[in-house]
Amino acid sequence: MDPHTRLLLSLVLGILVIATIIGAVLSSRAESDGARATMANLNARIRSWWVMAAVFSATVLLGPIFTTVLFALLSFLAMREFITLNRTERADHEILFWAFFVILPLHYLLVGIHWYGLFAIFIPVYAFVFIPFRRVLTGETGNFLMSTARIQWALLICVYAVSHMPMLLALPIPGYEGKNANLLFFFVLTVQLSDVLQYVWGKTCGKHPVAPRVSPHKTWEGTVGGIGTTVLLSTSLWWATPFNPWQAAAMALLICLAGFFGGLVLSAIKRDLGAKDWGSTIAGHGGFLDRIDSLCFAAPLFFHITGFCFANGVDPEPAAWLLELIGR
Amino acid sequence: MSRRFIAWLVRLLTGVRLLAVPPHGSGPAIYFANHASHMDFVVVWSALPDTVREMTSPAAAEDYWGKTPLRRRISCDLFQAILIPRQDVKRHNNPVNLLGAGLEAGRSIILFPEGTRSLTPETAEFKSGLYHLAKRYPGIPLVPVHLENLSRILPKGSHLPVPLIAQARFGDPIHLLDDESKPEFLTRARAILVGVDAPV
Repeated sequence: MDPHTRLLLSLVLGILVIATIIGAVLSSRAESDGARATMANLNARIRSWWVMAAVFSATVLLGPIFTTVLFALLSFLAMREFITLNRTERADHEILFWAFFVILPLHYLLVGIHWYGLFAIFIPVYAFVFIPFRRVLTGETGNFLMSTARIQWALLICVYAVSHMPMLLALPIPGYEGKNANLLFFFVLTVQLSDVLQYVWGKTCGKHPVAPRVSPHKTWEGTVGGIGTTVLLSTSLWWATPFNPWQAAAMALLICLAGFFGGLVLSAIKRDLGAKDWGSTIAGHGGFLDRIDSLCFAAPLFFHITGFCFANGVDPEPAAWLLELIGR
Repeated sequence: MSRRFIAWLVRLLTGVRLLAVPPHGSGPAIYFANHASHMDFVVVWSALPDTVREMTSPAAAEDYWGKTPLRRRISCDLFQAILIPRQDVKRHNNPVNLLGAGLEAGRSIILFPEGTRSLTPETAEFKSGLYHLAKRYPGIPLVPVHLENLSRILPKGSHLPVPLIAQARFGDPIHLLDDESKPEFLTRARAILVGVDAPV
């Protein structure tokens, strides 16, 4: 095993052990009913964290194929929640079958064989064209735009965006060959730390809501405190990435901001659909989509900015002045 | 064993939860549900606790489920269904008698009082079978089961399933009241079934 991977795994293990101990101590001290309920929720979350960390670490260690299959499954479960809450109609039925059983597997096949060129356009071009074509065949014109648009969003958020995480393993970064799993760890760890720390900061000293109509529990104190702490912690992991410390800080900030807005966007969609959680599969967290909402929008951004600035032959070469600016 | 495995698989694919305890006491019951998909009876059947499921028979349309040897094997052998005719009902094959024989043998029944799968999200008017059973077996609890999203998973007219999350919500049992007429009872039962939305 790569020594950096081992160190990252030990850190995750350490954080989980400390969180479990803190959770146990705090819940034994909880006195009011409200505090007990908060602690029960927190401990349920910590237990789910153990499971998620174990599944994620194990598959990443097993290799790129397992990682791709894991994320394909995650996409499947997320899209299932997304489509379940959307009030799709009879005319959408066959398109949905294609989306779940043809488009999703084909897209992840492209991820698995690292065919970057087709991966990048398969859903934005081919699926985008296919969906309205298939819908027009049904002869049903009611809600046409609404119907095709929500299936396209489902594919873009749950499949296309999520698949950029396993695709990180295919980024050809000079001098970083064979270590791309650490980049995936860096990304997922940053988003999840940001979620947890925003929750902790928000619970302890959150007062002023950021977007009370979209997500009443997100506060300025939680957001700024959580993102600030995460950027500090993630920057300290720069040795596991192809970045130098200040590049790592900028990347962590980007990931946190995209994660924050991604979470808000999916909350807004959820409210639009009249639901509180996307599902009830993961104890304390709601559904799969509630857990990965902040990963969705951050993943393609992180992938492409890393690809643009640090990898060869993926995205167009950046201009010389930009390379100079980022110190490469 | 294979029945338990199939029930587990159906719950995995549809996201329907296993009931910890039956929503009525011990003994047979009549589960009545809204009908939109071929999968409806399988979903109700899968949500029941293992021991209750072994003693439960779905009522299935003979003209569909008895048509070929394969369908007959699936419905009768695997799901222990009771096949009931929808046309040419005579005394010897009266559905109420056939289902009543099951109840008298101590089995529970899964029934779809609309008679056929509805094409719209609305629950259709109930046929009278539920009333006749309720009248003949007044002690047997009638348990409403509201199925959600099944029509979107496998709608009438499609053979392609879409893996959405379904829900089977079991309501409190009802009984036929002493002075209740047939239309009154059927209207009440339907209204209760439509109104079952408390999560289990």
